[in-house]
Amino acid sequence: MMFKEGKPIYWQIADRIGDDILSGKYQEEERIPSVREFAALMEVNANTTMRAYEFLQNRNIIYMKRGIGYFVSSGARELVLDYRKNTFIGEELNSFFHEIYTLGIPIEEITSLYKDYVQTVEATKKFFEENGMSF
Amino acid sequence: MIRIEDISFAYRKGRKQVFRHFNAELELGGIYGLLGKNGTGKSTLLHLMAGLVAPSEGRVLLHGEEMHKRSVTSLQNLFLVPEEFSLPAVSLDRYVRYMAPFYPRFSAEILKRALDCFELSGDLHLDRLSMGQRKKVFVSFALAANTEWLLLDEPTNGLDIPGKRLFRKILVQEMNEERGVVISTHQVQDVEHLLDRLLIVDQGQALLQKTVAEVCETVRFAQTSDPDLLRRAIYQLPSLQGASVLLPNEDGVESNLDLELLFNALMEKREEVTALFTGVKDDHVAR
Repeated sequence: MMFKEGKPIYWQIADRIGDDILSGKYQEEERIPSVREFAALMEVNANTTMRAYEFLQNRNIIYMKRGIGYFVSSGARELVLDYRKNTFIGEELNSFFHEIYTLGIPIEEITSLYKDYVQTVEATKKFFEENGMSF
Repeated sequence: MIRIEDISFAYRKGRKQVFRHFNAELELGGIYGLLGKNGTGKSTLLHLMAGLVAPSEGRVLLHGEEMHKRSVTSLQNLFLVPEEFSLPAVSLDRYVRYMAPFYPRFSAEILKRALDCFELSGDLHLDRLSMGQRKKVFVSFALAANTEWLLLDEPTNGLDIPGKRLFRKILVQEMNEERGVVISTHQVQDVEHLLDRLLIVDQGQALLQKTVAEVCETVRFAQTSDPDLLRRAIYQLPSLQGASVLLPNEDGVESNLDLELLFNALMEKREEVTALFTGVKDDHVAR
């Protein structure tokens, strides 16, 4: 497993589980792998994985049934989107701003590029749907 | 718990002492990284823990028994995988029949799981395996012996690229709170994320004995070109992003352990780095 430098590993593991909830791999009220299984999958110490689970539990994204395991809470998708949005705005957007400020890129240029990006994504999505493919 | 009490050791009387009044305590539930430069006695320490050699002073205790007395119970509680080893010219089945009875908690299921994971199967003949395959088989047997303590000397040496990944997977999978693992290695990248405790030895002493959590509370690792961080760095190495830096964690920022940087910093800025750690308690629970 490759991890990004900078962000704590437990956080990256939590993000990964969050991604799997958003993509529907783990459905609400479904059991997720045990801490040890997930640690083996990520090839990291079980303590690190435990911290990721605690992180998600503290945000009510997963909950523990004693003696059975961890389950995805109902409403987890919204909560994942919420915390991801908050951390994005709090951290990643800041370094993005730093970069465009340093490089002197006007925000109008970014806005226009973003509009193009959205158009492309939506066109692709539409094409996939019309042809019965999953996006 | 393995308790190393004030040991001194030299291979011969009058020769240089490998350890001088060395102390350490190792607790179950942890995966320890035993690190040190070449010739600092990492393998000797594993041999002392396994009771293969006796300290000239002090004691190595497992459940209160001195390891070098090699009692049956202490030997049943510990398995050492040396860096180099020989296996008899027999089939694995036969080897297991001969050797498993020495380990009361031996688990055929663990052996099967580990061999399957390493993609080794069928009729294995121990004298017809490559070096890497022999290592995979022996590490699988060592895990299956299911002893409390597992000591691994350079476990990833000789393993192929997927083999290193599978080794990490298997170790994490078979680890539990009733087991303790000590990994001695120079291949820090191979095992960095597995470790939750560090034991760094230098000049016959334990230079650093901390949990990874304590290390990351005390120091911060960063890849940066930020002048403020560079100014506060105790130790730095040039990198693509500017520099890899180690600095006191004054802002409570949680960063990921960079074992190579920590080790180099300890070797080159010994006093400054160890000074940061004085005051952090040794018996803090790993998290």
